[in-house]
Amino acid sequence: MSDLEAFKSETRSWLEENCPAEMREPMKSEDEACWGGRKWTFQSNAQRIWLERMVAKGWTVPTWPKEYGGAGLSRAEEVILLKEMARINARSPLSSFGIWMLGPALLKFGNEDQKLEHLPKIARGEIRWCQGYSEPNAGSDLASLATKAEDKGDHYLVNGQKVWTSYADKADWIFCLVRTDNTGRKHDGISFLLFDMESDGVEARPITLISGKSAFCETFMTDVKVPKHQLVGEIGKGWSIAKYLLTHEREMIGGQGEGVTRPMHEVAAGMLGLKNGMLADSMLRAKIAEAEIDEWAFNLTMRRKLAEAKAGASLGADSSMLKYYGTELNKRRYELMMDAAGHDGLEWEGERSSEGKLSRDWLRTKANSIEGGTSEVQLNIISKHILQLPGA
Amino acid sequence: MALLLNDDEKMLSETAEGFFKDKAPVTELRKLRDTRDETGYSETLWSEMAEMGFAGVLVPEDQGGVDMGVIAAGLLAEQMGRNLSASPFFSTSVLSATALKNSQSDIAKTWLEKIASGEAVISFGIDEGAKHNPLATDTRASRSGNGFKITGSKAMVLDAHIADAHIIVARTSGEPGDREGLSLFLVEKEADNLDVERTIMVDSRNAGRLTLHNVEVTADALLGEVDKGADIIDKVMGAGRSVLAAELLGSGSQAFEDTVTYIKERKQFGKIIGEFQALQHRASHLYSELELCRSAVLAALSAQDEDDENALKMAGMAKAKLGQVAKLAALEGIQMHGGVGMTDEYDIGLFLKRIRVLQELLGDGNYHLNDFAKSHQY
Repeated sequence: MSDLEAFKSETRSWLEENCPAEMREPMKSEDEACWGGRKWTFQSNAQRIWLERMVAKGWTVPTWPKEYGGAGLSRAEEVILLKEMARINARSPLSSFGIWMLGPALLKFGNEDQKLEHLPKIARGEIRWCQGYSEPNAGSDLASLATKAEDKGDHYLVNGQKVWTSYADKADWIFCLVRTDNTGRKHDGISFLLFDMESDGVEARPITLISGKSAFCETFMTDVKVPKHQLVGEIGKGWSIAKYLLTHEREMIGGQGEGVTRPMHEVAAGMLGLKNGMLADSMLRAKIAEAEIDEWAFNLTMRRKLAEAKAGASLGADSSMLKYYGTELNKRRYELMMDAAGHDGLEWEGERSSEGKLSRDWLRTKANSIEGGTSEVQLNIISKHILQLPGA
Repeated sequence: MALLLNDDEKMLSETAEGFFKDKAPVTELRKLRDTRDETGYSETLWSEMAEMGFAGVLVPEDQGGVDMGVIAAGLLAEQMGRNLSASPFFSTSVLSATALKNSQSDIAKTWLEKIASGEAVISFGIDEGAKHNPLATDTRASRSGNGFKITGSKAMVLDAHIADAHIIVARTSGEPGDREGLSLFLVEKEADNLDVERTIMVDSRNAGRLTLHNVEVTADALLGEVDKGADIIDKVMGAGRSVLAAELLGSGSQAFEDTVTYIKERKQFGKIIGEFQALQHRASHLYSELELCRSAVLAALSAQDEDDENALKMAGMAKAKLGQVAKLAALEGIQMHGGVGMTDEYDIGLFLKRIRVLQELLGDGNYHLNDFAKSHQY
């Protein structure tokens, strides 16, 4: 038996033995994900056990080196692990901006002390991170950010405001873009700082959205002292880290178009019923068929681009293509679901509608093509870097 | 499912890219059109394609083919699509070869050999009306002595007027709409009471109408079993639609690339028009759509070779998607070229015409959306 085959069979039996039954059921909503952190309360014993066991194996971050809390798996082994988890419908043990975003950036740009301090806590789900990027006047034009960090000898003094900080009120630490130099090109004076959300002078205020939910916050920094060793990379070079990270974010958001939920036509058939074996609304039927074929082609494209990236080609600006298409597709999907649901989809409260789940989810999708760079910004990036159109 | 090409496939694709660019570029199609060539294709090109193994790409090695599978046929078609290369490849090497190969009939071997060697052009006659609809077949074949007599008509039969033989889908029992009762026959061009009318099409390529009035064929002209033709037709449609999708990918991509080149050159208001965001965003959207198309084509082609249970369905999905996006590439291409896009001198108009034909062949987007919905019981 080859090493990989051996790994596969060991993994299969370990998962069979260690993944609690409750963690093999699909999540009913995003709210059932495990985020970890100092403020986390486990929603069930199974959720806690599953995280602890996966942490012990290093499988919350399977490809990270062992000294940073990972399992040091090769890409091929990681693929096997993910397939085996999918085989039994195992949930992800830990959702984390630390794993998806900060971790890869620290592995690439952090120094050894920073890696040893932060990565294991991310891997174990002990520290929950949030991202401080956008500001009221720096959205699509992120490089215009103005939150200031002044050099005070042994520390930086941070003043300013961030907005759209996801889960800032629940997070323990923040990775934050700050301006350390105002004199040159706007992209050049940006630095990448890490600090504790419990530091004096930090305040996070949740923003109520059109969905009625508050996943995002405004975060205010007033004379926050950040020790100098919490700067990642070189001073003034934070923009390259930010860009690297945004690429990861785009892949993640683009992936939301991937059909994890029930096919549209099933939902629509449940709502509208069939007539002569066809969806009762023939116009909607055609639009759903079109959208389902697009979902198929999009999912294939995600897989193809990842396969190309694994084979050595850089994903590059194609992450913008995936982000653009995936988010627009997801919005389309929810518009069609609302069409299918009709009056029932308009209910906002009460048990029948699971507290307005569909309408709230529909509203949530409107942010897909705004956050992480708007669709228009993605199209600009494709124009510039792929099509190389002048002036883009 | 293969979403990345292996080394052999990459090599074939590169060879085909050079071959069609060199031997059958758009200027060759213009020449056939402008000289009102009677055959509408170049015999020299076709025999070179046979020498390269392209004509026999789906023909088993025992019959002199290279048997590289539908994915290889698709890679060739993509390059033909880029160059608008005219040849009997699709009718003969894809549709007819697939029908013959799946028929298990004795005469199939001889004809497959002739396909691989480039000696024979074989058209495939299935549709009868203005729209694609295989089950609507109303051409009838009835037993007559040892053989059959066929009566009916066929439309949009690619390469009919130059074909040495035609494969005819006819109804041996049942009524239009039935899946049961379809049979395939090979009718040689010399047959009595067979009328072939060449129809010059918008894309300057070859098609024809066939009229059969009591055309007699012997029993060995039957391909496969009587009344059970639908299973063979499924194979032909799976290969045919996915290869058409691949050709659409080639034509759509070329139309798109020509357009991007043009908007990098053309100046108005003292600016290169490609600087305008209104054009940039439309071009970038199209780029994204074409990336989805490439994945859909690769999946549909490889599904045919892997005998995937969803092979036929995926061919239809790819055909639907590609028709829509290649059309968008052609329409945006004309619009972004502006006035010169309307002139015969520029190639973009030829792409618009060819893409319109490819969209229609073996089912347009509406046909395949409907088919897709039906396959999911909605």
